[in-house]
Amino acid sequence: MYLQDLIFTLQKYWADRGCVVEQPVDVEVGAGTFHPATFLRVLGPEPWNAAFAQFCRRPSDGRYGENPNRAGAYYQFQVGLKPSPLHVQDLYLDSLRAIGLDPAAHDIRFVEDDWESPTLGAWGLGWEVWCDGMEVTQYTYFQQAGGIDLMPVTCELTYGVERLAMYLQNVDSMYDLKWDKNVTYGQLRKPWELEYSTYQFEELQPAISFASFDTYESECKRLLARTKGGEPAPLVLPAYEFCMKASHAFNCLDARGAISVTERQRFIGRVRGMAKACAETYVASRARLEFPLLPPHLRAQAVAAYRGAGEAGVNASALAAARAVAPHAEEITHAG
Amino acid sequence: MPADLLLEIGCEEIPAKMLARQLLDLPALVEKRLADARLGHSGVRALGTPRRLAVIVRSLVDRQPDLDEEVVGPPVSAAFAPDGSVTKAGQGFAAKNGVDPASLAKREVAGKKGLYAVALRSVVGQDTRGLLPALLADVAKAIAWPKSQRWGWSETTFVRPVQWLVALFGGEVVPLVWAGLTAGRQSRGHRFLAPGAVEIANAERYVDALREAKVIVDPEVRRDVVKAELSRLERETGLRVRADEALVGEVIHLGEYPVGVAGQFDPAFLEVPEEVIVTAMRTHQRYFALEDASGKLANRFATMMATVVKDPVVVQKGNEKVLAARLSDAKFFFAEDRKKSFADWNKKLDAVVFQAKLGDAAKMIGHKVRRIEQVAAQLAVGIGADGSLVRAAAQACKADLASGAVGEFPELQGVMGRHYAKHAGMPAEVAVAIDEHWWPKGQGAALPITGTGALIALVDRMDTIVGCFAVGLEPTGSADPFGLRRAAIGIWQILLSRPDWAALWTPLFEASRAALAEQGVELKNTTALEEFFRSRLRGIFADAGIPAQDADAALAQEFRDPVDARARATAIARIPKEAREVFKRVANILDDARGKQLAIGDTVDPARFVAEGNVEHRLHAAVREAQAREVDARKRRDYPAVFESLVQLQPTVAAFFGGSGDKGGVMVMDPDPALRDNRLALLQGLVRPYMEIADFRKLGGAA
Repeated sequence: MYLQDLIFTLQKYWADRGCVVEQPVDVEVGAGTFHPATFLRVLGPEPWNAAFAQFCRRPSDGRYGENPNRAGAYYQFQVGLKPSPLHVQDLYLDSLRAIGLDPAAHDIRFVEDDWESPTLGAWGLGWEVWCDGMEVTQYTYFQQAGGIDLMPVTCELTYGVERLAMYLQNVDSMYDLKWDKNVTYGQLRKPWELEYSTYQFEELQPAISFASFDTYESECKRLLARTKGGEPAPLVLPAYEFCMKASHAFNCLDARGAISVTERQRFIGRVRGMAKACAETYVASRARLEFPLLPPHLRAQAVAAYRGAGEAGVNASALAAARAVAPHAEEITHAG
Repeated sequence: MPADLLLEIGCEEIPAKMLARQLLDLPALVEKRLADARLGHSGVRALGTPRRLAVIVRSLVDRQPDLDEEVVGPPVSAAFAPDGSVTKAGQGFAAKNGVDPASLAKREVAGKKGLYAVALRSVVGQDTRGLLPALLADVAKAIAWPKSQRWGWSETTFVRPVQWLVALFGGEVVPLVWAGLTAGRQSRGHRFLAPGAVEIANAERYVDALREAKVIVDPEVRRDVVKAELSRLERETGLRVRADEALVGEVIHLGEYPVGVAGQFDPAFLEVPEEVIVTAMRTHQRYFALEDASGKLANRFATMMATVVKDPVVVQKGNEKVLAARLSDAKFFFAEDRKKSFADWNKKLDAVVFQAKLGDAAKMIGHKVRRIEQVAAQLAVGIGADGSLVRAAAQACKADLASGAVGEFPELQGVMGRHYAKHAGMPAEVAVAIDEHWWPKGQGAALPITGTGALIALVDRMDTIVGCFAVGLEPTGSADPFGLRRAAIGIWQILLSRPDWAALWTPLFEASRAALAEQGVELKNTTALEEFFRSRLRGIFADAGIPAQDADAALAQEFRDPVDARARATAIARIPKEAREVFKRVANILDDARGKQLAIGDTVDPARFVAEGNVEHRLHAAVREAQAREVDARKRRDYPAVFESLVQLQPTVAAFFGGSGDKGGVMVMDPDPALRDNRLALLQGLVRPYMEIADFRKLGGAA
């Protein structure tokens, strides 16, 4: 199976099970979790099922295109199922069958791997899924994002596209993967890896990235604090975009070795501060829009519960809205 | 009729360590709930796999026994009005206990004054069947996990999403409702080998029914299977599995149906140190290492699949590929690291925080390394160690933390340092000391063998403890995030293993304190730290089987020399009960006198011995004789001999106080202050030499 067919198959598989097939976010991110379709959509009471491939940048993992398993950028296939259906494991195993990994021929295991993102103020419990000892998927039940308790819970499946393809094509280096029948992964990606490793490790100018980080952070704050006619009028989606960009600037500085250990914690804290502020503002904005993705007949009670808990803060309000509609869970869409 | 009870909670994959813990904890939880519900049984056992946690109660009674009980309520004065009628409070109490207010009795209650209203309750035992749904739901809710989660829209929290429930009492379904599920008799078979429902007739059939569905639910049977599979692979490969009980203990909880498979890796990787290969295999992949008859690592491994596959070679090849990638990384790091120098790494450590609270002048690992070097070099003089070796080892001891290999495999700290030090041509003692300064790595683990390693190990740990205490990071309750208790135990174990160094604690502590103070970290109060060290030593003595009282008596006097403290604590066992009691009595009399602000002098004036029967003279003489005969034993610190001498004093002391039956004897607290003070001085002279060895007031027996 060509690498692009792997992506097509997963897209089709999850589309058939109720997922919106989104497209990758057009901002540098380190993981599909940063995509607004994950990080923002997991918040609040609205259902959301999405699947998409995401180009992810990890500057520190750059190896000048010389390591067969590690690179400064790679692809994740990301699935978010909110609420997590009770049969996610079965759905997931069927997706492996769909791409040609037969569990009867392989040793498939769910091995504990709890997930935490200090920059996103997010954590969840789950596993790394092993196929014959190789990690092929990160499987996480999100419990918190941006410091907000999540209800309903989103199940996030992150397939390592290259690893799965290496397995299916039986090659030892990701650069030997066939993207389609004519082009290899190496032909497509190796020049990028070489140039970007050189840039990230040798040429990147820390002063520029430091300045960008400060700019992104102040823009993020300004957009969240925006008012119109004396009333709060935040622009949370652009604000979150600056949070993503700041996170990438930090990753670049980290890879360049420009941030000391102590400074590192402070930068992570600054990104987390942005992520939390965006998360809270986003939930409030969805409430103002009256939770449009809930079934029409449940929206009013969710909004009433959200406003009723007003004084207790966004976290309590979001939980109240979810609890108001939870008894009607069967009337709300879920994947599968 | 009593019958067996089964509860099975079907769950998505439970982490191995948490499952292992729960298999130990769950029976006690169930026993507690059954006891609270007054339901008798003949035993509780937990079973489980990653996908299910189960408990079986044998011969559970089918009905609670009837119960007659007396519930004590308010005092009669509150429960009854003066005219004898029941007050509001009395009626409330009666209603709460479901009895007629007219039936309230008036009783005396042990330990209380006056009469109390008492409700005489007669509770008819209930049917077990009716109690079980709520009881089992309580059990499920009370199962404690280190981390738990919610899922979907559910409010339930559990280690992972709950998938099904089976609850059977004597073959009948218990209608337990929990986690949005209702219990039935349908369990599930192996995810791949026997997907679908498995009907469970009753608890007795549970293990076998699952076995037929390719699930080995008894963890001990899985252990046997894993061991048998490892033996099979040993036979097939002609090699030996390197013993690793901890890994076996984890692997049995990684699947419901373990099947072994062996694989190999490129022998070229064997140029990487064995520890790196074994760690890469063990911690990342849970593979067992294989070795030849001479114990040399082979380029083979063994692993357990969680299922039976069509062709094990496919799985073998897959695992080999993963391991090859990991070993190439390891080989890469090992090669890159050998191009670096210890100086490069130490420079990096100047920018790595050890403990931020120590402040800017002391917080980096680089600062710590300099303190270790300073203190170790200072102490080396006193113990006759080679100062230049000690300095070299101290400078190098943390360097490998900045190496690539330790970054990838943190558990190899010290081990990699040893390899790199050898490669760099450092003396063997220095290379070994780098490794050994992390020892002991756990309870019962090996202690440093080289003197240099042991010294650095002591200094490093003391530095951490003093530094943390100085900035208020001492352990509280069960929380010990910086491992200070383990560090203190390590210090004691090393000192106890080296009698020549027994007196090293004080100089070690003082030098560490001074080195930290030079970097601006002042430990102001030493009491808490000393008490902390004393408690750790008490724990070590308890583990060695020394009675707690004896340990307390010895440590109350002095703890800094652990070898001496241990000798004193063990010698106390030589003192018979009568002697302990009489000395404890003397010590208490002296305490009382001090409590009354009496100054107790050192000089005894025989001219003031006036008591009948010359008991004072005799005791005075006996004390002097004892002191004379103990001179040698005390010099040798032969505490058993000192205490044997003490035992000889006991009849004379007893006679002083009047012996048995209280005939005659001396009243110490004589109304004449001169006589009284003289007697107190005599008693002080008697006990003081022994109190220096053990505080008799801490010993049991009559006061």
